[in-house]
Parts: sequence; structure tokens; C-alpha cells
Amino acid sequence: MPQNADNVLDHFNLFRQPEYKEMFENKKKNFENPVPDAELERVREWTKTEEYREKNFAREALTVNPAKACQPLGAVFAAVGFESTVPFVHGSQGCVAYYRSHFSRHFKEPTSCVSSSMTEDAAVFGGLNNMIDGLANTYNMYKPKMIAVSTTCMAEVIGDDLNAFIKTSKEKGSVPQEYDVPFAHTPAFVGSHITGYDNVMKGIVEHFWDGKAGTAPKLERVPNEKINFFGGFDGYTVGNLREVKRIFNQMGVEYTIMGDNSDVWDTPTDGEFRMYDGGTTLEEAANAIHAKATISMQEFCTEKTLPVIKAHGQEVVAFNHPIGVKGTDEFLMAISRITGKPIPPELTKERGRLVDAIADSSAHIHGKKFAIYGDPDLCLGLTAFLLELGAEPVHVLSTNGGKAWLEKIEALLASSPFGKGCHAYAGKDLWHMRSLLFTEPVDFLIGNTYGKYLDRDTGTPLIRIGFPIFDRHHYHRYPVWGYQGSMNVLVWILDKIFDEIDRNTNVVAKSDYSFDIIR
Amino acid sequence: MSVATAETVEELKARNKALIKEVLEVYPEKTAKRRAKHLGTFEDGKPDCGVKSNIKSIPGVMTIRGCAYAGSKGVVWGPIKDMIHISHGPVGCGQYSWASRRNYYIGTTGIDTFGTMQFTSDFQEKDIVFGGDKKLAKIIDEIQELFPLNKGISVQSECPIGLIGDDIEAVSKAKSKEYEGKTIVPVRCEGFRGVSQSLGHHIANDAIRDWVFDKQEGKPARFEPGPYDVAIIGDYNIGGDAWSSRILLEEMGLRVISQWSGDGTIAELEATPKAKLNVLHCYRSMNYISRHMEEKYGVPWVEYNFFGPSKIAESLRKIASHFDDKIKEGAEQVIAKYQLMIDAVIAKYRPRLEGKKVMLYVGGLRPRHVIGAYEDLGMEIVGTGYEFGHNDDYQRTTHYVKDGTLIYDDVTGYEFEKFVEKIQPDLVGSGIKEKYVFQKMGVPFRQMHSWDYSGPYHGYDGFAIFARDMDMAINAPVWKMAKAPWAA
Repeated sequence: MPQNADNVLDHFNLFRQPEYKEMFENKKKNFENPVPDAELERVREWTKTEEYREKNFAREALTVNPAKACQPLGAVFAAVGFESTVPFVHGSQGCVAYYRSHFSRHFKEPTSCVSSSMTEDAAVFGGLNNMIDGLANTYNMYKPKMIAVSTTCMAEVIGDDLNAFIKTSKEKGSVPQEYDVPFAHTPAFVGSHITGYDNVMKGIVEHFWDGKAGTAPKLERVPNEKINFFGGFDGYTVGNLREVKRIFNQMGVEYTIMGDNSDVWDTPTDGEFRMYDGGTTLEEAANAIHAKATISMQEFCTEKTLPVIKAHGQEVVAFNHPIGVKGTDEFLMAISRITGKPIPPELTKERGRLVDAIADSSAHIHGKKFAIYGDPDLCLGLTAFLLELGAEPVHVLSTNGGKAWLEKIEALLASSPFGKGCHAYAGKDLWHMRSLLFTEPVDFLIGNTYGKYLDRDTGTPLIRIGFPIFDRHHYHRYPVWGYQGSMNVLVWILDKIFDEIDRNTNVVAKSDYSFDIIR
Repeated sequence: MSVATAETVEELKARNKALIKEVLEVYPEKTAKRRAKHLGTFEDGKPDCGVKSNIKSIPGVMTIRGCAYAGSKGVVWGPIKDMIHISHGPVGCGQYSWASRRNYYIGTTGIDTFGTMQFTSDFQEKDIVFGGDKKLAKIIDEIQELFPLNKGISVQSECPIGLIGDDIEAVSKAKSKEYEGKTIVPVRCEGFRGVSQSLGHHIANDAIRDWVFDKQEGKPARFEPGPYDVAIIGDYNIGGDAWSSRILLEEMGLRVISQWSGDGTIAELEATPKAKLNVLHCYRSMNYISRHMEEKYGVPWVEYNFFGPSKIAESLRKIASHFDDKIKEGAEQVIAKYQLMIDAVIAKYRPRLEGKKVMLYVGGLRPRHVIGAYEDLGMEIVGTGYEFGHNDDYQRTTHYVKDGTLIYDDVTGYEFEKFVEKIQPDLVGSGIKEKYVFQKMGVPFRQMHSWDYSGPYHGYDGFAIFARDMDMAINAPVWKMAKAPWAA
């Protein structure tokens, strides 16, 4: 018997004990009707081939291990960034349980969000009563300053009309007439989580600026010196938004972060649960109409929101999740140009430190081959940074990337000698990536937690950058934007490179002559 | 400080009553009336816990429940390792339930097993408008081509499928025929059906009946049936639970011919009606198919509980009572074999946990099943409730809970937070959505769905881990640091 009180074995070691191994063998042999070993081996090897890759890429209907989620997840991400706001998702309730779990697993934080809990009867008659009761309950129980409504695919398929439903709910007294209930239709069968973010941000902007669904006069824009900032859907939102605020403060820029969820997903353990913390105030959201310009850190997260803002007379500028020297330079120069504030020497010094760090480590990264996958903007930002480091981003894949993204990333690859022979893949999934890694191997893979299966299967070491990150803790607390954030990305990449070098040089009397203490 | 010594049962009941009254005050009148039926105190001698259950959740209150898809794909079907389970509909559901339940299995993922993969039809607008049946047919073809060693396919419906009138049964039948009688199982587990995960379990059970068992009739077993054949039903092998259970059954002389569904295979499902006895761990999610096998194939079933040594010993004897003396002796030998280890575990951990108060809120089994394990460590359950229990679960709970225990069914975020705030338990056992809420409040917490990434907790080997983890949670130094020394 392996188990004992002095040294408790859990799943990591318990099942490697002989009793269990024997049990597994017997189970397999006698009851599982297993695939013969030779056949298993044959197919395993076959999946590594060019032939398999071709068949795999010929897929038209099946998606395997996609790197994207559905719209309503992004809707919740956006909504929790406003002060004392409860995201209210109209549709089936299981979805909300999923969004809450998903975010809690990534941020290791509570995520508050409610559902209108529609069931069969609502599928037949529509979910109006669910909306009427739901808004009243949420308003009374959780005392939010705002309830932001989005939808699940169920409500979309049956065609519930949010605008009409919210109006009726107000007439029935669910919430006061003047109470803020911005809304967005967020069908899960269109786009991905970044589309949901976009739709909700657009919904919130239109709500506050354009007369609150016909219940208030439209706001008149009186331009001021402020800028608005949208971070987009971002797993590093806690670290990133704080870094951006630091940079703006350093420059003396007046700003409004639209959807600032950096506090609500980073609350202290001090004896109190804060359902609400920080966030963009409703007044700030409304006054954002007067800003001089709006900056989006992620173009593909704000494709619908920016045109609306532009139509109100603001300049809009979009970046693609800038990481690295050039990306940060362009970001800062744009801020400086728009606000007229010079880039302060402290930031110039930070830039120099990043350049110094790259110079220190460049020899270890130069010429290394990478595969990257993730959201469209993140892929662009990481690719640009790798090119800057002299690395080769051989495969760049975005499940939720489209034609516009593909053109952009191909142009980026073409702009650098290090992008030669590199390819981008829009709308493909991680099973496609598996074929790519087998047929055109690379040194490192960059992606979210699900990349660990690719690491295991293909032996490509995974550097975890993306969303979600479930199996490592606290990455989301670090910025990846700005010179400092880029430094974090650099260190994560280097750590993995050095770990691999050590792993490959630590065999006594075989390879440990290269097991250097100075690298 | 134990509740029992702190207050009389009468005081306890009065406190619960006042507490329930207080939380109900926040609701609009109609909601308060509805929620009142789900909150109560267990009264000794009553046939159930005095709360209503398995009723629709109220909109907007922050229910913790999931949906039928979660019950079917996430719980029942998903762990069958050599089948491919298609999350049929938009991309989200499959993504959020991708490998998050820790149903451990052994196999070469992507080649002969598929448990930690996400197969989806990733519905686009055109699929909603024109229907997804053609796409489904094509998906099955592509699966056959790229994953030739799969032993079966299940179609796990997401919300839109039932709403747009797709005929997944027709597609499944046609494709099954095309692929020489291959097992292809359409499951109508759309998330809007029913009130929680629970209906999804039931629908999934029925799908096994209709699309696996009924197809098997008259086919011989793959092995020679024996007198001691049992099947483990309703163990999802979270963190290896089914393995640390199976080993005990085998040690007592039984032969486990099948595991449902953790680390399970389609061959094992098919073999199950040949068992002499079905042993049922999660009654809530698999009593339906157990009853069916009893009615149709004459296989008796028995509920058991492998949490904590008291319940394990009781269960081993109960299971053995269905067999001859050889097995009865086997059970006694197993109990004796582990006694020393268990005594050592209790000697080590009980002094550190004695008298600690626990509040639970889990799914459909653990709100009662784990109570014995806590009591084996001298801990006390002061509140419990089910996400998706039915009245028969609350009846069974009466055998576990003490007079005066607070009971909450389909608890809302608000209620649970307030109950914990007022009762101040030493530990809360619930899920990932609740974990960090209570952590912020400074209350030690263990996830009792996923074992907080530890486990197994079932069986004797699992109990040692359970004890270690509860100690780790409650006695972690971090809780003493929650208040800054300069804060009042």
C-alpha cells in the first residue's frame, strides 16, 4: 500500500505506484477493447506527416481545439470595467456559469455576472418576463449603478429585442426610468469574444452619448483636451491598464480608460469581498464624448466602436497590441502628437533600458524559430516584437483572425528579413497548428494554456502568453505594454530559452560541458 | 469553538430563521416568496430537509447553476475517452468546458483517446439560418478521416440546435449506417432545457439507453462474465477518484468490468448490462440508467459512498452483502488492511481540525456525501445545499446532517455571501465561482467540484489527501495576514 500519513501521495505520484499500474494494465487489456499497439503507433506517426497535414488543412466543417471563445465572454469582460456595473446576460443560464468560471480560472478572482435564466417556456414565448423580473432582482439585490445587458445565442436565435424589452421592463418598474441599462446584441455564432467586447463598448458609448435609448437628450460634444483609451479584450488587463495609466500620468495626459477592469479583477484579501471595485464611472463614460481623440490598443477589438466615436467628431487611432520598442515608440508618439505633451525623459530612459536588455540577450534569441497563436492583435504585437529581436515567427495563427488581419500580418512579415518564409493562418485552429509544428518544426511556441497539449505532442516548448492562462499564476498582474511591459515579455521568452538550454546540457559526462553558469 | 457547544439546537434554529428572514428582505416581494421555499433548517425526524428543489432559477439573482449541456457533455459523456464528443453549435460552450473537469484518463490523446480535446461545429450565422445538419454530416466524415481510431461519436447539442429544428437523429442514423453501424449518439441537451445541469444528466442517460444499449442487444460480451462482476456507475474520475475506488473493489475480490464515465470507454458502457451489480456513487446523475438496467436487464444497483473511512467501511460491507462470504471476507480484509494508515492520518490531522465548522454548497451528490469524511476528522457541517438536487437528494441528506443545519437550495450569490458572513465558518467547500469571494473575506476555501486541482478524494488513499488538503486550507498562515497590523 503506497499511501501513508507521513508522506501523503496525491495524483502526481499515487498512480505511478505498482498496484495502480497493474490495475490500469488489467483494465485496458480486459475491458477497454484497446487499439492494438502497432496500430496506435502507426496512426500516431501518420498524424505527423505531410499527408496528414494536407488532409487536416482540407477540413471545411470541423473545428478542433480552437483558440477563440464566443461573443458574450467579451461582453462580460467589457461590462465589468464600469463602476458598480453588473453584466446581465439575457438567455440560458449555463452560459453565465461558464463565463464566470472561465474568468475566475484566469484571474483567480471572483467574477460577478447574472443571467435571465431563460428555459423552454421562454424559448417559446420569448424572454420578456425573464428580463422584467431579472432586472428588478439584480437592481434590488446587488444595488449596481448600471446593468449592462448582452445576449446568449439562445436569445438571439429566438430574436428577443433588447431595446423593447428594457423599455417595457422600465415601464413595469423593474428599474427606475432614468436608470442606465445599456445593451448590445452579442450572438455567439458571429465573430468571437473580441466581437462581444466591441459590441458592448459600442453599446455603452451609444447609450451615454446618443440619448440613452431615446430617454434623454443626445449629448452635445464640447471638445476638451482629454483622450479616451480602450484596451480591448486582454488577459493582462490588470497589469496593462495600470501601466498605461502610469505612462499617461508621467506624460501629464488627461485620459479616460473606457472599461477599466484592472481593480475589479485584482481585489485585496483583507476580510472584505468587493463585488465592485474601481472602474470607469458613468460620468466619465458620458463625458468621454468631449475627448479630443480615442485610442484603441487593439484594432480588431474595436472595429465597430471606433467608427461610432469617429462619427461624433473625434480623431480615432488604433494599434495592434503593441509590444516592443517600435510598437511602444509609435504608441507614445501618437499620444504626444494628439495631446501636445512631450514624451518625458523618464520614458525615453525606460526605452533605452529596454534596448539595453535586448542588446544583453539578443544573441540567445537571434534566429530562433517561433510559432505564435492567439487573438489577432496579440499576434501582430508579438510578431512585431519577435522580428525586432531577430527571431523568426515562422507560423502565426489566429482562429478569430480574418482577411483584414491576414493582410496586415503578411505585410508585417514582408517588412523584415526575419519574416522571410514565415506564414500566417487566419481562421485555423490548434489542430492545424499541430500539423504545422510536426511538418515545419520551430524552437518555441507562444500561446495560451491550451498550447501545453502542443508542447506535449510535438515537443515544442511553450511560452505562455495569451488568454486564458489557467495553469500558471499571476501573469495577468504584469503588463505587456509599454517599455516595461515589453521587458516582461522579453524575460518570459528568455526564461524558457535558458531553461531549454539547461535541460539540453545537464546530462553528466555527456553534455554537461555546456552546462555553463554564465550565459 | 464548536456550534454544538456554542449554542443549543434551539438557539441555532432561531438564528437560522432570523438569518433567512434577513436575506429575504433584499428581494422584491415576488422573489422573496419564491426564494423562501428554498431556504430552511433541517429538523430531526423530518423525511426531507424542508426545502423545495429542482425548480427554475429566478432571473437576475446570480444562480450558481449551469445547464443541460454542462450536465451531458461536461459530466456524463465528455469523460468517455475513446469517443469524440462534438460540441454542436457555437464555439463558446465547448471552449469553457474544455478539459476543466479533470476527468483523468489514460490514453494517447488525439490518436486513440480524445478526452482533453475540444471538437466543435463552431456555428456561424449561415448555419443558424440554413440549419446545421449538412455541416454535422461533413464533420462526422472529417472526424472519420482525421481520427480513424475513434470508437464512437456523440453530438452534444447547444441551445440553437433545438431552436432551429435540426434533425441530428437523422444525421446520426444515416452516418452510423454509412460507417458500418458505428456508434453515433445524438444528444438533445440544449442548454435552455430544464432548470440546471440535472436534466442534462437525465437526457445523457436516456441517450446511452437508446443509442448504446438498445444497439447492443443480442451481441455477446467481449469477456467471459463472472459471478463477481460489478460496474462503477457515477464516478467521473476527478483527480483519479474512480481509480482509488476501483482498487478497493478489486482488492475485496470483485471484478470491475466497467467505469462510468471517468476513464471509461464505449466497450465498458456496452458491457455494463452484463454486470451482477451496479455500484452507484453519484446517484443524482446516473440513477436513471441504473434503474433502467435493473428493470430491463435485472441488474440490481446499490448506492455507496467512498468519502472518509466511516462511510467507506459501511459501503464496502453494503456492497459485499450482495455477494457470497468470499466477498464479505474480502471486504473485512480491505477494511483491516487500511486501518493503520487511516488511524495515522486521523491521528495526524484530527487534532488540527477538531471542531472546525464547514459550510458546503456543491452539485447533486457531495453536499451530503462528503459530510462523513469531515466528521471523521472531527469537523462539523453547519450548512449545506445543492445546486441541482431533487427532493430525493434532500431525503437522503437527512441521514447525514444534524438537527439545526442550515439548508439552502439553488443558493444565490447574495444569500451565500450573507450566510457565510454571519455564520463565520472555518471552511467553505464550493466551486470556482465562489472560491475567491470567500477568500477575499478571509475564509479558507476548498473547491469541492475539482478538488482544487488535487485529489483523488475517494477511497482510503483519497481520504489521506482530503485530510491533508483540509488542513492545508484551514491552517495556512496566509489567513492571519488578512488584516494589516495598523488597521483597526
